[in-house]
Amino acid sequence: MRNVLEMLERTAERLPDKTAVADPNTSLTFVELRDAAQAAGSWLARHGAKPRTAVAFYLEKSAPAWAAMLGAVYAGGFYSVIDVRQPESRVAEMLKALHPAVVLTDNEQLSRAHELFDDADCLLACIEDVIAGDVDHDALDAIRARACDIDPLYANFTSGSTGTPKGFVASHRSVLDWAQTFTATFGIGADDVMGNQAPFDFDATNKDVYSSLLTGATVQIIPRSYFSNPTQLMDYICDREVTTLCWAVSAMCFVSIMGGFDYRVPTTIRRVLFSGETMPPKQLRVWQKFVPDALYANLYGPSEVTCNCTYFVVDREYANDEVIPAGKAFANERVFLLDDKDREICEPDEVGEVCVAGSCLVMGYLDAPDRTAKAFMQNPANGRWLEPMYRTGDLARYNENGDLVYVSRKDHQIKHLGQRIELGDIEAAAHGVEGVERACCLYDSGRKRLILFYVGAISRKDLKETLRVRLPQYMVPNNTKQLDEMPLSKNGKIDRAALAAIGRIKR
Amino acid sequence: MDITLDDVIEMLEDIQEDVDYETCTTLIDDHVLDSFDILAIVSAADDEFDVSIPAKDIIPANFNSAQALCKLIQRLADED
Repeated sequence: MRNVLEMLERTAERLPDKTAVADPNTSLTFVELRDAAQAAGSWLARHGAKPRTAVAFYLEKSAPAWAAMLGAVYAGGFYSVIDVRQPESRVAEMLKALHPAVVLTDNEQLSRAHELFDDADCLLACIEDVIAGDVDHDALDAIRARACDIDPLYANFTSGSTGTPKGFVASHRSVLDWAQTFTATFGIGADDVMGNQAPFDFDATNKDVYSSLLTGATVQIIPRSYFSNPTQLMDYICDREVTTLCWAVSAMCFVSIMGGFDYRVPTTIRRVLFSGETMPPKQLRVWQKFVPDALYANLYGPSEVTCNCTYFVVDREYANDEVIPAGKAFANERVFLLDDKDREICEPDEVGEVCVAGSCLVMGYLDAPDRTAKAFMQNPANGRWLEPMYRTGDLARYNENGDLVYVSRKDHQIKHLGQRIELGDIEAAAHGVEGVERACCLYDSGRKRLILFYVGAISRKDLKETLRVRLPQYMVPNNTKQLDEMPLSKNGKIDRAALAAIGRIKR
Repeated sequence: MDITLDDVIEMLEDIQEDVDYETCTTLIDDHVLDSFDILAIVSAADDEFDVSIPAKDIIPANFNSAQALCKLIQRLADED
């Protein structure tokens, strides 16, 4: 296979009437999904979407949205979902990076989308209008004939240290290889129901939607708002007979801390595959108690290596002070540790940077060759042929079983609510505010709080209001502390340890 | 222990500061607080007031204002 649409087409032939994707309001069989995607693809091709260019989506996740995203792929292009909660300035930056010919939205977001995109140099349309039209098979066939497995499939955005969101593109090849490896590793098949938690602007969604396209599993999309309402969430999982959860750690903690299992215990769950942050063993034990027969696995890896690169099947209950290993590499991925002199580490307990090579690597950052060259580089151990590898910036060690164990970040990047955040990104935004002289952001990992310390004349309230406009919600500091002066270390750098003491931060 | 509105507001301030908890009645509806803040509130209610909020009470109506949350916590404290 060289195009992800082949997975959809084969499954639509094999299981035409099986539900491919559903949300609380709608449901599409594999044939309906294919036909809607082909209609959207034909519409997009007629309206200026060119192969290897972006189609942007400004909407909440839904079954029709997924059909329209595959429509972008039928048109030969790649999709990129813009989170509707992003502030206007970030939406504008993303649009500039993508320069799509078309932005698709849904009826619910239409008026807001008009405000945001009417002045932009692109066409705005509703998915409801594009997935119901005619299919131009000749046009779609001509596009497919020229398709190549290194064509981009989607673009996602991560936090960047310069204060602007950084886009990267992933290829069909990465996702085709990932889907096959992932479903085979965990035995996901046509009788499975994926309970989709991840937003569509996250590559974690791949685990649900492409497992479905490949194997015929059904995706049940769980709306974001259900993660504020545990009874609604548990009812949905139970009533829709979900078997497989590929969830962020924070979503799992939501269920265990909110007493979701005291209300209702899902009996159909077979596997729980978690990622995004370090899993607190205390919360995992709650899951293991109520859903004892499920397989639990810790998945590790940044978006730049397409979902995850290592996994560890949880073999027992872990105590609160233990770290659940990140485990070993998935098949067809090379994962290794390099020390600070770029020598490979093979001995247990020696800490090095996690590096990854293989077809899983994404194709670099959009319009950022320097950043791409820094992160995606030739494997220094190989002087003989071209072997790109990705430097994750994560530090890890091997345990006595040869499993990788995550240690910390190399830089000031943190994981907050499952999102990767460069603390420098928040500081850059604060420095851009009139009345801020110096700013430093710390993360209280114990209480999951972002705390911004600053020196300057602006009031805390005004600073926070400005940051709310400039940063996505998950990056707005929970607390701001105004200081008369920044504590400095001997070499003149901001003394982060002293700030941690001022903020009573539990790391 | 008597739990007052001021106690609850103090707890909320620690979770998300600079919100007008005295008057706001749409904390959830207007996304002032998100699901992770609710998570923090449930944990904090347990830590600070020794009250565990059951799943069936975690609905927007009980979290939309400091007043409603205070009533909920007082009721749960009385039931213990």
